Amino acid sequence: MMDKPLAHLGGLRNLLEEVARQWPEKIRVTPFLEKSLCQIECPASELVTVCSWLFAERGYSFAGLEVEDRISEWNLRYLFYGDLGDGQVHLLQRISKTEPSLPSISHRIHAADWHEREVEDLFGLAFEGHPRLGDFVLHEEWPEGVNPMRADFDARKPYPHREVDPEWRPLRVVQAPGAFMMPIGPVYSDFAESAHFLLETVGEDVIRTIPRFFYKYRGVEKIAEGRAVNQVLLLAERFSGSSAFAHSLAFCQAVEEISGLEVPERGKNLRLFLAELERLRHHVSAIAGICGSTALAVATSQASILEEELLRLSCALTGHRYLFGLNTPGGLAVDFSNEALQGLAATVQSLWEKLDELKEMLRFSSSFLDRLEEVGIVSQEQAVAYGLVGPVARASGIARDLRKALPYCSYEKVEMNVPCEIEGDGYARLRVLFSEAEESANLIRQVASSIPSGPVLSPAFPVPSGEALGWAEAPRGATFHWVRTEEDGRVARYRLITPSFTNWHGFHLAAEDFAFQDFPIIMATFGLSNAEADR
Amino acid sequence: MTKWVLKGLQTGIKTTAYPDNVEPAAGVSPGRPRWASIFGGSAEEVVRRCPTGALSHTGQRISVDYRRCVHCFRCLRGLKIPLFWEPGYEWAASVSTEDSADRRIGKAFSHSLHIRFVDGGACGACLSEIEQINKPYYNIHRLGFFVTPTPREADIMLVAGPVTDHLRLPVRKAYEAMPRPKRVIAVGACALSGGVFGPSFASGAGIAEFIPVDIGVPGCPPPPLAIVHGLLLAVSRKPSASLLFRESTAERKT
Repeated sequence: MMDKPLAHLGGLRNLLEEVARQWPEKIRVTPFLEKSLCQIECPASELVTVCSWLFAERGYSFAGLEVEDRISEWNLRYLFYGDLGDGQVHLLQRISKTEPSLPSISHRIHAADWHEREVEDLFGLAFEGHPRLGDFVLHEEWPEGVNPMRADFDARKPYPHREVDPEWRPLRVVQAPGAFMMPIGPVYSDFAESAHFLLETVGEDVIRTIPRFFYKYRGVEKIAEGRAVNQVLLLAERFSGSSAFAHSLAFCQAVEEISGLEVPERGKNLRLFLAELERLRHHVSAIAGICGSTALAVATSQASILEEELLRLSCALTGHRYLFGLNTPGGLAVDFSNEALQGLAATVQSLWEKLDELKEMLRFSSSFLDRLEEVGIVSQEQAVAYGLVGPVARASGIARDLRKALPYCSYEKVEMNVPCEIEGDGYARLRVLFSEAEESANLIRQVASSIPSGPVLSPAFPVPSGEALGWAEAPRGATFHWVRTEEDGRVARYRLITPSFTNWHGFHLAAEDFAFQDFPIIMATFGLSNAEADR
Repeated sequence: MTKWVLKGLQTGIKTTAYPDNVEPAAGVSPGRPRWASIFGGSAEEVVRRCPTGALSHTGQRISVDYRRCVHCFRCLRGLKIPLFWEPGYEWAASVSTEDSADRRIGKAFSHSLHIRFVDGGACGACLSEIEQINKPYYNIHRLGFFVTPTPREADIMLVAGPVTDHLRLPVRKAYEAMPRPKRVIAVGACALSGGVFGPSFASGAGIAEFIPVDIGVPGCPPPPLAIVHGLLLAVSRKPSASLLFRESTAERKT
């Protein structure tokens, strides 16, 4: 265990030398070793080569693409991250406004596919060589050529939409006797979020799954622009209420980085404590969802009872059932007594024992296992290609976890395991959820038993102008929040990269080539949120 | 299978005693700020700290518009004299403006009802709280409410979220597919006022812009018991609260 990950930065130092050797003169590299970050600027002609080198040869994951509309140029930032010691790599591109397009990297890094489509839709920036651009975030009722993320678009006014053709029907690709197209959504199932899936089926088998999302697009990134930091904090917390604490944490960490604020030790520990409480609650809720999808009524009730008990515990301690209103730049808005924390840890332990009992009962319920085993398989290669994150990736053999790879709060000081399975099927995803819930319960106990005393919040401050990336391992996987502020402390750009967006991209892999009746089960084992993906 | 049956029996009944009795458990509701006829602290500062405009003041008198309150705790924490937060959960209020035959509660509404939930861009917290009402702790079946997967069988539509541009059409279509008489319950601050998201280029200022609303359940998110209260209000088994709390409304009630 190290206090600072600096000594581990062998990977990043080595990367610097390697870049200088392979592309002498062409590429400018700026290291920020104390932030375990390296910025690379390269000409557009080298973009694809450098990106695919980072991804394929150096083993970096593609986190996302961040674009800014500046006065005379486009600023693009390709975000990569690796394991502990490899840090992050930001690849910068500055494109003049007269330049209409830049090369697509998605044929080399498939994880960039949706990011490029999103940028094309919202900024009107074309990517050469991308096979499928248009009609992604903005549905057909938006006129062509309207790009809401551009600086000159007014986000406050409602936008007039065009009439859509009611006769329009999707193109059927699968042509076979008995082929059938099944539309699901956007309003479907009992309590489903709004999303649409077109399933092309032949008999029982689903041949193609074509998801259509962004029904819930609230333009969070756009409406954040020009707002004060404490207003944007409300958005960070509320755009995905089921993982509010992780997202507000990532946002606050970005703001703290900009202002150079150090969160007191107790604040860091409490943040870890609450983040794990949220993860535990989320995983129990996801387990209830999986049991519900297989119609195992008693197991669903058992998990739901634990979920509500965790919600009540969260509320009794912090005042809010979904941990709203706690994170604030500089630390936490409220402190708790050590007795209350230890009491909560003890209750969490007894809840974990009940959850463990449920796990054992499920393990020997053959009718339940039949629905999950070898269903909805995502292979490790597929998971790497799509850059999947979180429990879904960890069920397919990818153990990359931001709590270990880019430690924040006080994760480098606690003992934790990253559970990992290799089968990549529904049952592996369920097992990962159970193991992570156990790890979270352990972490909660660890922190409660050795919490340092002191303040939880650094004193108030005016936010200077600056830019920074904040990140957190949200319950569903890695989330990155890019924040740039102006001199007056208002937010000029807020980019949200969320685990649900990343993982929905790979969802079709699991849903294709399986029977129609497995679809809701596969969806439950992914456990994704549309609010988090659509933003 | 036997082990599951035994497990179920062994667990016993977890369900709340509400609406017959008050739910005494801790953590069932976040509570909310209470209006104050004479606020002891700086009314101006408290109102300035409210990020959504839910609080307003005339002198030392503070009013609360619950359609806008998002439980950010900024009028409670970090202040020398905070605003008083009241516990409780019976928050649902009748907001019906129309008094047509469709809207009146007839005999049809005195027995069991079917509910359809429609997501108008909700963040996930409202959704999770609505799911809870169908789970063991709240279990709306015992009150004669059932969840149905299709709007064609629904008597009541629960809507959460500010209604995004892309969902205007699905929400309207779902509403039109419901048979008469029908009622709409707006769940959460977003559905009542647009919350922290609307109105903007991508979302509306609540669902009343698109379809008629009968009952509003404020909160961010409203706790399950508040949603149950909304359902009970729809069948006149519980009285209405108020969404706008000023001294005058409070006096009228007492």
